[in-house]
Amino acid sequence: MSATSLLVTGETGHRNRRRRTVGDWIVLAVIVITALVVVFPFLLILINAFKSPSDYATGGPLQLPTALHFDGIAAFWERVDFTGKLWNSLFISGVVAVLAVVVSVLNAYAIGIGRVRGRVPLILVFLLANMLPQEVLLYPLYTIFRTIGLYDNVWSVIITFVVIQSAFGTYLLASVFGTFPKEIIEAAALDGAGRWLTLWRVIVPVSRPTLGVLMVFFFIWTWNEFLIPLTFLISNANQTVPVAISVLQGDRLMDVTTTSASALLGLLPTLIFFLIFQRTLSRGITAGAVK
Amino acid sequence: MTLIESRADATRPAVAPPTGRRRGRGDSLVPFLSGRSYWWYLLPGFALLTLIILVPLVWNIYLSFTDYRGIIAPQWSGLDNWVTLFHDERFWLSFRNSVAMILAMVIAPTVIGLLVAAALFDVIGRKFGAKLAAFLRATYYLPQILPSVIAAIVIGWILRPENGALNTILQAVGLGQFASNWLGAPDTALVSLMVVLVWIQVGYPVVIFMAALERVDPELYEAAEIDGAGWLRRFAAITMPMIRPEMFVVALTCTIAALKVFGPVYALTGGGPNFATIVPSYYSYSQFFQNQQVGYGATIATALTVVIMLVSIVFVWAQNRAERKERER
Repeated sequence: MSATSLLVTGETGHRNRRRRTVGDWIVLAVIVITALVVVFPFLLILINAFKSPSDYATGGPLQLPTALHFDGIAAFWERVDFTGKLWNSLFISGVVAVLAVVVSVLNAYAIGIGRVRGRVPLILVFLLANMLPQEVLLYPLYTIFRTIGLYDNVWSVIITFVVIQSAFGTYLLASVFGTFPKEIIEAAALDGAGRWLTLWRVIVPVSRPTLGVLMVFFFIWTWNEFLIPLTFLISNANQTVPVAISVLQGDRLMDVTTTSASALLGLLPTLIFFLIFQRTLSRGITAGAVK
Repeated sequence: MTLIESRADATRPAVAPPTGRRRGRGDSLVPFLSGRSYWWYLLPGFALLTLIILVPLVWNIYLSFTDYRGIIAPQWSGLDNWVTLFHDERFWLSFRNSVAMILAMVIAPTVIGLLVAAALFDVIGRKFGAKLAAFLRATYYLPQILPSVIAAIVIGWILRPENGALNTILQAVGLGQFASNWLGAPDTALVSLMVVLVWIQVGYPVVIFMAALERVDPELYEAAEIDGAGWLRRFAAITMPMIRPEMFVVALTCTIAALKVFGPVYALTGGGPNFATIVPSYYSYSQFFQNQQVGYGATIATALTVVIMLVSIVFVWAQNRAERKERER
């Protein structure tokens, strides 16, 4: 992953290359076959999303399409107003990613650097917010949002996930800020920077890589959320991509190639995002695991 | 780990040399006592947390002691819901299914992930190049980045009874008699759901364990190899102990996810057929919005929360104990 590990493995790899045993090849074969099993569903979706229903009926799911057929995708796109759903998902996830990072930074500043009293119970409370099953919040939140007129409004989902994601962000950032070099903060203070300035001019710029990872994660997590968008965004115009696609699955009228097209449309945005942010993501997963 | 490294790297250029120019200004002489308290910074976050998490949590616990059905104001009904819950076979069934979810989302992925990560790191990374290992790792991780409902739909499509891919393949290779209504038949639905969850879940431990293995000093392996230790021996004596902290993290986060699982169940089976795949979170959801038994749904949700808290406490306690033992050795 990092440049150094690549270098090291590259070197030993070169030295050992002559000594590849039969066992090594068997391990490689097993791993590659398992990996093929993992991607097989994606390949099936890809093949069948571009078939016409009659092509599917004659050739079955495994044949390559006889001709590229975009009707399934186009029909599904129209039917669910996919452009609108994409925009909803993008807007919700984007706003949540930014706001949740801001809230996490403010919380973690007080806990990790300000060392406010009672920070351990505070961190536990934030952690609890992240572990709770969302069903526990569902009905009270439903009532609250109905009362204040935010029910079936994307902002109900945005507010909820800003809190849930920043609970995790606070937990992670508080420990990162806890090890922030004291000298830098002292230097800033000697320079006459107050706390507010120190936070935005010193701590945030220095922690930018961490904040970037958090933002990417918050975006993906929010994009993938299901239960709360399903319950709070009931009207067609407000739904997110996963909700819109799953709601249509019960529709018995949908033929098998349209279902395949819908699955392709559902996975494509996250796949593209994954390819763009591959390195950030693997950095972030590592960071989340080893605290 | 990487996170901390990169942060330390970024630290360097930001250290501004103290000029001392403004040192005379009031509060800068006592830098850490100056100005307002840090409490102000917690205000927005904590207010939001209270409104969105703490109040609803307490409210939900209150609802679990009422007969609320969503229309007339809730009436206090004491322990009625809780007594019902303890005698509700469907509730116990949903928790038995949670055990199946733990098998599918924790045990199986951890075991497979451990073997795959070790093979990728130990054999493929070193004998066939780091690039190939990284590529294969990304392949295993692919199902993880999808919204789990979409992942479920992808597989649900393959498992369709009529003209689904799996049955078509079985017929094509002459095993047509094994074709089945995988998600619709009571005896195969749970197992099919479990297979889907293993597929979704397996990339997470692979990535985490591989990252953990990069911490291991390669000389440790080389020394063991020179001493004539076989692969299995190296796996047991070096790999396993080195990645124990990550195994705890994976086990805890995946167990919580398994207890909370909702999306795939909703998208694939809706808890059916005949409640064969019902899980606590789906059961509570269906009480809220299908049966209008809000009070009872709140009871199930609260019970699930209690279970998750207990499991987390046990995990953290076990981890601390293991770490203490490690230090004493």
